[in-house]
Amino acid sequence: MAAPELNFVELMRWTWRQLCSMRTALVLLLLLALAAVPGSVIPQTDVDAFAVARWKEQHPNLTPVYEWLGLFDVFSSVWFAAIYLLLVVSLMGCILPRCKVYWQAMRARPPRAPRNLLRLPNSTTYVSDASADEVLAKAHQVLRKRRFRVDPAGDGDAVAAERGYLREAGNLLFHVSILIVMAGFAVGSLFGYRGGVIIVQGQGFSNNLSQYDDFAPGAMTTVDDLEPFSLVLDDFDLDWIQSGPRKGMAQRFVASLSYTEEPGAEPRTYDLRVNHPLSIGGTDVFLIGHGYAPSVTVRDAEGDITFSGPVVCLPEEMATFRSFCVIKAPNAQPDGIGLEGYLYPTFALIDGDPQSIFGDDRNPRLSLLAYTGDLGLGQGTSQSVYVLDKSQMTQVTKDDGSMFRVDLFPGESVELPGGAGEVTFEGIQPWVRIQLSKTPGMMVALGGVVLALLGLLGSLFIRPRRAWVRAREEDGGTVVEVAVLDRSGAGEPGSEIVDLVAALRGDLPEKESKT
Amino acid sequence: MTNTEWETLSNQAVTICGIVYFLALLAHSAQWASLRKLPADETPTTGSVATFGRFGVLLTALACGVHLVALVGRGMAADPNRVPWGNMYEFTLSATFVAVLGYLVLYRRFGLGWLAPWVLGFVFVVLMMDVLWLHEPVAPLTESLNSSPWLVIHVVSAVLATGVFSLGGLISILYLFKARQVTRDAARQPELVGAGGGPAADDVATGAGSAAADAPAAARGVLARVPMPEQLDRLAYRLHAFAFPVWTFAVLISGPIWAHQAWSRYWGWDPKEVWAFITWVVYAAYLHARATAGWKGPKAAVVALVGFATLLFNFVGINYFFGGSSQHSYAAPAPTSVHGPALAGDVLRA
Repeated sequence: MAAPELNFVELMRWTWRQLCSMRTALVLLLLLALAAVPGSVIPQTDVDAFAVARWKEQHPNLTPVYEWLGLFDVFSSVWFAAIYLLLVVSLMGCILPRCKVYWQAMRARPPRAPRNLLRLPNSTTYVSDASADEVLAKAHQVLRKRRFRVDPAGDGDAVAAERGYLREAGNLLFHVSILIVMAGFAVGSLFGYRGGVIIVQGQGFSNNLSQYDDFAPGAMTTVDDLEPFSLVLDDFDLDWIQSGPRKGMAQRFVASLSYTEEPGAEPRTYDLRVNHPLSIGGTDVFLIGHGYAPSVTVRDAEGDITFSGPVVCLPEEMATFRSFCVIKAPNAQPDGIGLEGYLYPTFALIDGDPQSIFGDDRNPRLSLLAYTGDLGLGQGTSQSVYVLDKSQMTQVTKDDGSMFRVDLFPGESVELPGGAGEVTFEGIQPWVRIQLSKTPGMMVALGGVVLALLGLLGSLFIRPRRAWVRAREEDGGTVVEVAVLDRSGAGEPGSEIVDLVAALRGDLPEKESKT
Repeated sequence: MTNTEWETLSNQAVTICGIVYFLALLAHSAQWASLRKLPADETPTTGSVATFGRFGVLLTALACGVHLVALVGRGMAADPNRVPWGNMYEFTLSATFVAVLGYLVLYRRFGLGWLAPWVLGFVFVVLMMDVLWLHEPVAPLTESLNSSPWLVIHVVSAVLATGVFSLGGLISILYLFKARQVTRDAARQPELVGAGGGPAADDVATGAGSAAADAPAAARGVLARVPMPEQLDRLAYRLHAFAFPVWTFAVLISGPIWAHQAWSRYWGWDPKEVWAFITWVVYAAYLHARATAGWKGPKAAVVALVGFATLLFNFVGINYFFGGSSQHSYAAPAPTSVHGPALAGDVLRA
């Protein structure tokens, strides 16, 4: 037999009901978990853009497919959003009607006693000497004392009571709070920003776009969101561990900053440490990295200073802080000069190989290769300051054609062969990398999670129960029937009824019966 | 005592508690070997069988005490003294301690005698792997771990949740076996279903006594002493229901607060966070599944076990395979942490 045809409205209604069913929600939850997996296995642009670039280089064929699927940005991809939005819709469809039901239940009287209490799985009966009215009055009192809500009107020959209403309230609170968290999270990613900048000791930073090394604004962040503070790195201090299994690791980083909240304001100081960000207005400043910046002066063939200042070198080996340096002097005459190579903070020759044996700058040495020619800076394309474009440059060699290297300790100078210029290693300073971020809505998200946790605790640990006591006078005395219905599905219904009967009969609850 | 002495003490304590756990396992095995011959409703309270059982519990408590010494020694050995949660070895040591402690605390209340061999076997194997593969000497913490009160708050909740989730997972496994056995017995002897109550019978608490009414073929053997599926299911649920809010606190409250302070963002979808989130979602699904028609029972238990698998994967898999370079992502001098290595240049990152 063919299924009856559905018209559009019925189809929509059916779809809606399906979407809001617990089973669908369950499948969506599992799907959400599954969909998050690629976000941890495939490099993500937001987490490690460098790893993404490397992955793309290694997998040229897969890259377009992955890009089309949004696999490098799983958590902002369409399909991931589809799953959690469906989940939200399903949640709303589930929660809103339940709120209504809950509202009604709150105002309703406890459900009346079933006709045959003894049919309930958790029920018992006994015969009392007291009259039925006395038993019911006592039941009323006992149940009230046990914090049941008791139907004041009575229920004929029975007392009906219920407790644990907050369980459902907790449940609803938990689910509504998830929406609050999502709202807070969304505000943060729409209106916030994150940026990083490297500051050499003695130099400063003022909070405007041009000063950032990298800047990731939210979709709706505007320049006005940047607060007009500025800061200067006065000093950077750290301890190197000299022995033990973590020898060579650094600790107790302190970046001493002086900052002004807005132009003209009074300067203040702050010791920026890991885990202790500096808050200026709504922006937080974090210490997240450090390294060395050797001060270098480059003179060109005509003896003019064409470059002078600290060069930020990027650490390549965490254990020894061997760092990669690039120096660009594009305006040197007659040809531009480029230098590229390593800084060894604690230099040592091991088997003829130059190496750094410690992270501290105890014996710093620069070891650079020199190039002359066009650095490619005048062509309008943007270039990283950490990469030397050698495509139009030639390596400087000694006059006899053998390899030439600029090897310098601080204070030393070396002339480039062929009179191309001179390089001086003036000294060395530390740099720190700071991250600046503004995350509006953070407190909303936090508040949401805290509420969700409270709701969760309520929904898991409050046990809703219904209890009924019926008393009927018969020949031998008053027959009392008691039943308890545990609606949480997790409890031990046995003990409650034992306690209840004991209280009704006027003796203390027996300890042994509590299993 | 010097730091080295504390460290030696800790290492010796781990060895000793491992041995004592093993002895406890032997005692319980002896107990169970004798119990196998008896019908499941018959548990002697005197004689050698009972003695073995009591001896096993006593040994477990003793080992648990030594386990605690190992943890304290680990913290005292560090300079400056600290909580012993700096690396995988210490985390595993702590989580197994929580699992044993949880078992001992709940032993009387839930009558967990039947759980003894399983929990001891599990803890013994995990401890052995911990010592063989994860052990590393005491070392100072990296900066972002060291300078935050959130280390204690975050890791305590994560260790607690992990230990209790492990117990819950163990019971869920037992539940699946038991439920299968009961179903099979019921299929074999349909006339006994009414008396014993099948696995999906109803929500009525049948109590341990009903095991006696079970099919006679199942009334002997190790699994027969495990409580009825409904009880196992309820116990597993209670453990999960305890651990889930703790996990929520660890992963979605204390974790983000600390991440904000240390890394400038409270949630950044790094692999560790992704898997913590996945674990949370799967356990949330378990709690829902237990209340959903068609998913109750074995299916929900499977979801719980999937949750446990994601928890383990986050701990082992992410640290070793996706956390970055190598096995030593934990032990390398600079960019290390509970969570894995840093990005190049960001050496202060944990």
